[in-house]
Amino acid sequence: MSITVYVPCDSSAVSLGANRVANAITQEAEKRGVEINVVRNGSRGMYWLEPMVEVATDNGRIAYGAVKTGDVASLFDANFLNGGTHALNLGLTEEIPYLKKQQRLTFARVGITDPVSVEDYVAHDGYRGLKNALSYSQAEIVKHVSDSGLRGRGGAAFPTGIKWNTVLNTPSEQKYIICNADEGDSGTFSDRMIMEGDPLVLIEGMTIAGLAVGATQGYIYLRIEYPHALEILNAAIANATAANYLGENIQGSGKTFHLEVRQGAGAYVCGEETALMESLEGKRGLVRFKPPLPAISGLFGKPTVVNNVISLASVPVILDKGGEFYRDFGMGRSRGTLPLQLAGNLKHAGLVELAFGATLREVLYDFGGGSATGKPIRAVQVGGPLGSYLPESQFDTPLDYEAFAAIWAVLGHGGIVAFDETVDMAQMAKYSMEFCVEESCGKCTPCRIGSTRGYEVMDEIVNKRDLDKNIPLLRSLCDTMLNGSLCAMGGMTPYPVLSALNHFPEDFGIKAA
Amino acid sequence: MQTVQTIITDLKDKPGALLPILHAVQNSLGYVPPEIVPTIAKALNLSRAEVHGVISFYHYFRDHAPGKKTVRICRAESCLAMGGKALESQIKTKLGIDYHETTEDGNYSLEAVYCLGNCACSPAIQIDNDVYGRVTAESFNEILTEQSA
Ligand SMILES: Cc1cc2nc3c(=O)[nH]c(=O)nc-3n(C[C@H](O)[C@H](O)[C@H](O)COP(=O)(O)O)c2cc1C
Ligand code: SF4
Ligand code: FES
Repeated sequence: MSITVYVPCDSSAVSLGANRVANAITQEAEKRGVEINVVRNGSRGMYWLEPMVEVATDNGRIAYGAVKTGDVASLFDANFLNGGTHALNLGLTEEIPYLKKQQRLTFARVGITDPVSVEDYVAHDGYRGLKNALSYSQAEIVKHVSDSGLRGRGGAAFPTGIKWNTVLNTPSEQKYIICNADEGDSGTFSDRMIMEGDPLVLIEGMTIAGLAVGATQGYIYLRIEYPHALEILNAAIANATAANYLGENIQGSGKTFHLEVRQGAGAYVCGEETALMESLEGKRGLVRFKPPLPAISGLFGKPTVVNNVISLASVPVILDKGGEFYRDFGMGRSRGTLPLQLAGNLKHAGLVELAFGATLREVLYDFGGGSATGKPIRAVQVGGPLGSYLPESQFDTPLDYEAFAAIWAVLGHGGIVAFDETVDMAQMAKYSMEFCVEESCGKCTPCRIGSTRGYEVMDEIVNKRDLDKNIPLLRSLCDTMLNGSLCAMGGMTPYPVLSALNHFPEDFGIKAA
Repeated sequence: MQTVQTIITDLKDKPGALLPILHAVQNSLGYVPPEIVPTIAKALNLSRAEVHGVISFYHYFRDHAPGKKTVRICRAESCLAMGGKALESQIKTKLGIDYHETTEDGNYSLEAVYCLGNCACSPAIQIDNDVYGRVTAESFNEILTEQSA
């Protein structure tokens, strides 16, 4: 019987040499005449241990990491195929504290299964949600999603059940499901990990959404920066179609759902749902005025559900175990779990899925292990490039939408980027303005002109020129952007800028207020 | 031109066909030559200005031939937190070019990118479809050797 060896195909693992390691293992096994079966799984999300190789043993999977090609021969010498002792042996994967302390619902299968195998997916509880959904009425499916308390994970945290209900109740011969896989926020990679590590959970979630609202066509709008996710998604869609989980008469139910991946072309603003639909229609990614809501008049003017990858990938577990099961995780009005992405200057960067309510400090230190450089963590940006910077005094804030809103911050898509004390926060504020200049769609003046002026003013400020004049000018520009912008691009760029100014005034050459 | 015709014929009936067509053209030619804009416009019943507007809106599409390979440096926050700024200038020096330029030997073009989703392994770069993490000036040299092989 051949032994199964897992080497991730996740693009971050590959960025650290996972493909070379997989090849080296295959070659070494051939050379030694041992039969092995190499499975390219998703990443478990412990990136400081990647490439992390796992071996299936009678007692469970045993991990080795971080493995370099030069370690492969010695791993064979140490009989790693039977879990042998080696300096890189990490023990049973499931017992590694970083993983063990998590509450993985959406990421339950990531790193465990062969991402594109429908058989493996079903063997690990996949398609149970769809099976239930096929036995429910449309309203019942929506009710489970509403009961779960799920709020959009793309950034705005809008209740998913309400959105679906609107689309369900808007009559139309054609409706659409769009998965927003633009994942433009810096410091975030959970969408990518799902698409590369368990694409079938996203496909199942979209299929359930289609059943719920009566849509037969879905699109995944995928950013161009993710070529590897494209390949895996397309392979998974082909396999799901071959197994009759997509297409016509799904599992003999008489229901239809078609799915196609479309690529973006490098525009951050196309992650905004109306700009995304413009782009899907083949136009420039200009933000639309609302109303009409996309749920009423969306893609090609038809009622459309637009949801983030993580929102949709959380639907199968909700339909499998019921809305109440999911709702029992979390705190306050933030229900369920949030896959956090630990990034930047952290020792243990990676994916941590937790119920809402842990504090930022716990995540930074208990999981993240403090800074990678060993210096104190000075500032943390949460929620992507439009999210506020938090100083150490705010690290005890619980990860909860409302608690973050109360300190003028956002959780957004769950990205957490840590900076050590070498950071210059005025430079970061300048960068935020520059990013807005680069990525503004140009439709409204406060954003288009405001960011250009803001960048010029920040340039003056980092050079410590005319601070008496320029600091108030910066504040007033931010005020205009906050209140006058059509979308959150211009409307939230002031979050990183003003939080940097307010919490780190010394970097701007002024004293604390 | 033959390829472009085939691409257009294959894709023009898709809903929202313009981006898929532009991607297919850039995939096969490396860029979207301005002289084919009228052909695309005609096939999709759009004005040339509309097609041109779309090409210029998106950072990814380009209207001139790039180098054999494109190096993209992540300029976003997580990579900045891990020395991305220094790496950026080291790479520019090593290649002897700035953003949107191509090396004299025509081997590499350089572009900026805002996040590659590789933030747990910052700083990150991409060369064509290959992503690299925890890049240093030294490892960049090795990457170039590997890419030139
Ligand atoms: C400038 C801008 C960029 C955005 N980028 C993304 C993105 O990359 N991915 C995403 O899911 N949502 C993004 N959003 C939020 C979407 O507009 C929308 O709220 C979301 O796709 C809805 O799905 P959800 O309810 O499941 O979160 C962005 C919004 C703005 C204003
Ligand atoms: S805020 Fe900026 S990105 Fe949003 S609509 Fe206005 S110009 Fe476009
Ligand atoms: S911020 Fe550089 S890869 Fe995400």
